[in-house]
Amino acid sequence: MSGVSSSWSVTEPSKLSKWLAATLVLAYTLITLLPLLWIISTGFKSGPDSISYPPKVVFEPSLEGYVNLFTTRTRLGAEAFAALPPPETWYDRIVRQSGMVIAGPSRFGERFLNSVIIGFGSTALSIFLGTLAAYGFSRFKVPLKDDLLFFILSTRMMPPIAVAIPIYLMYRQLGLSDTHLGMILLYTAVNISLAVWLLKGFIDEIPREYEEAALIDGYTRFQAFRKVVLPQAATGIASTAIFCLIFAWNEYAFAVLLTSGKAQTAPPFIPTIIGVGGQDWPAVAAGATIFLLPVMIFTILLRKHLLRGITFGAVRK
Amino acid sequence: MAEIVIQNLRKEFGAFIAVQGSSFTIGDGEFFMLLGPSGCGKTTTLRMIAGLEIPTSGQILIDGQDVSRLPASQRDIAMVFQMFALYPHLNVRKNIAYPLVSQGVPRAEVARRVAEVARILQIEHLMDKGVGGLSGGDRQRVALGRAIVRRPKAFMMDEPLGALDAEFRETMAEELRALHDRMGATTVYVTHDQLEAMQMGDKIVVMNHGVVEQFGTPQDIYDHPATLFVADFIGSPAMNFLPFEGGFAPGDVSVTLGGAQIAVPRLHEATEGRKLVLGVRPEHVTLGETGALRGRVLASEYLGTSQIITVETAHGPIKARAPSGQPARLGEPLALSFAGPRLTLFDQSTGRAFLTDANAGVHHG
Repeated sequence: MSGVSSSWSVTEPSKLSKWLAATLVLAYTLITLLPLLWIISTGFKSGPDSISYPPKVVFEPSLEGYVNLFTTRTRLGAEAFAALPPPETWYDRIVRQSGMVIAGPSRFGERFLNSVIIGFGSTALSIFLGTLAAYGFSRFKVPLKDDLLFFILSTRMMPPIAVAIPIYLMYRQLGLSDTHLGMILLYTAVNISLAVWLLKGFIDEIPREYEEAALIDGYTRFQAFRKVVLPQAATGIASTAIFCLIFAWNEYAFAVLLTSGKAQTAPPFIPTIIGVGGQDWPAVAAGATIFLLPVMIFTILLRKHLLRGITFGAVRK
Repeated sequence: MAEIVIQNLRKEFGAFIAVQGSSFTIGDGEFFMLLGPSGCGKTTTLRMIAGLEIPTSGQILIDGQDVSRLPASQRDIAMVFQMFALYPHLNVRKNIAYPLVSQGVPRAEVARRVAEVARILQIEHLMDKGVGGLSGGDRQRVALGRAIVRRPKAFMMDEPLGALDAEFRETMAEELRALHDRMGATTVYVTHDQLEAMQMGDKIVVMNHGVVEQFGTPQDIYDHPATLFVADFIGSPAMNFLPFEGGFAPGDVSVTLGGAQIAVPRLHEATEGRKLVLGVRPEHVTLGETGALRGRVLASEYLGTSQIITVETAHGPIKARAPSGQPARLGEPLALSFAGPRLTLFDQSTGRAFLTDANAGVHHG
């Protein structure tokens, strides 16, 4: 049994071509990572450093941006400022340096939490419904199967925002505007077509014999689905979940339109930082950096599933 | 242990009829072969017995109980799949234990029975390995282990040797048969390989285009094929067919073929005015100085213990099995004679064998 595909080239590539390939890949990687590096470094710059021209590559790191992101600040009169007791914490100290005091926490924490609830909630719901639907389409005789699948796909044929106004009006009528449930349902509706199609592809690849063996071994159809199909579909579920999460996490237009207060997510919130205390680019960059983390962590956690081959070698074809 | 009775079993997939009106009985403890070319309905029949397909009509009785509408999990049947279908996310031990776990067998009992099965199949050293890295034969043993651990009423096997290398197939076939003899459980085995069916089966059902062509012991099926299809499908090289025309009455003991009188088993039926086919197995052809037909040697294949000599005759080429030492020069003129009591006479239009003294007692499809 050899696990190596026979389509590998027999001749070893030359040293020069290897170097060339490596250089190209490295250069491309740097170019694509540059905006990311820019955002992350800006988050650690001071206000003046962040807008200096030419941009500073070497700078004195500062947590000012992060402190500003999580706080609201006010400027006091000179006497009141002088009469203040010495700063108690490191973040007090940072704020005092720019002649201000902390008035309270900002809304960023809440908005970020909203993003987490809505992003992961809609991802979980999309995967749950998508897996069941994909299994049904893959394994059972469904009347009008092809038409239904096309119909599900057709919801992707226009940009979701094209239906923004009807949805806005519907949501107002239904009381779903600015609610977590409303946003979860909306993002699920957009993601479900992707989930059904992707997962159906993955489930189609799982040989039916596994379930049939389980059925004969005394399991019900649902037990066979849960104990045999789901572990096999883990790879597909993981990659589908990542796609769903990335969409729901980054979605901006609906979030601006439908949320303003208690269910507002981070994407529409971050730009509002600009308006609060002048153009506070370090705070914006800090918000963007923190905003990137969950999707990155989620992807890294599921990486092993993404890389693993499906049903490696257990069925001989 | 169970007797399985199949009554008028029929399965349609849309406009396609996979199985049409099969009826046969699988005796308790029999090693029963479902044989036929691909697409003949043998696997569909097996899947209906196992409960993976619901019949369009007809009954399946296991020990007298009609199970044709019961889900697979309630039929107490084990199955070995062609592609083994071992659960890829479980190791060997868990694969074998899986059917017991579903029944809620206590943990200690599961461990004991899995260990016993591992000993029988000699796979004790593999128990903690994943199934992905096993060789074909070991996967087959694990699949067998998963089937026998439950001590089911019957085993279904869907071409279990089909995915194995040719050299290993022989060994596995012997192991399977030995295992069956030891356990004595009713086994239904699907294959398209006539040698496998002859070698292992107690009984064989030959199917074609969804129809049961013949049902009987390997000897009956080989010696007295009920139809032209069975005669052609079983045996290597296949039976010689000599088409001719003529009318014969019940009691006749010879037919006239191109002016020559050829002795056949005594007819029980009239063959009035029909196109006929005389079926002769290669080993029932004798080549010599005198005989009913004449021809010239066209080719010879040396097989070690015997040789197949092809003789061109007025009725087409006829293959004869001859001792390997018999000289056969190409183009040499020869006479052919047939072993009369072993011949079969077919109706060309229906393909059915006429009843004679030889095959009167044999089951037909």
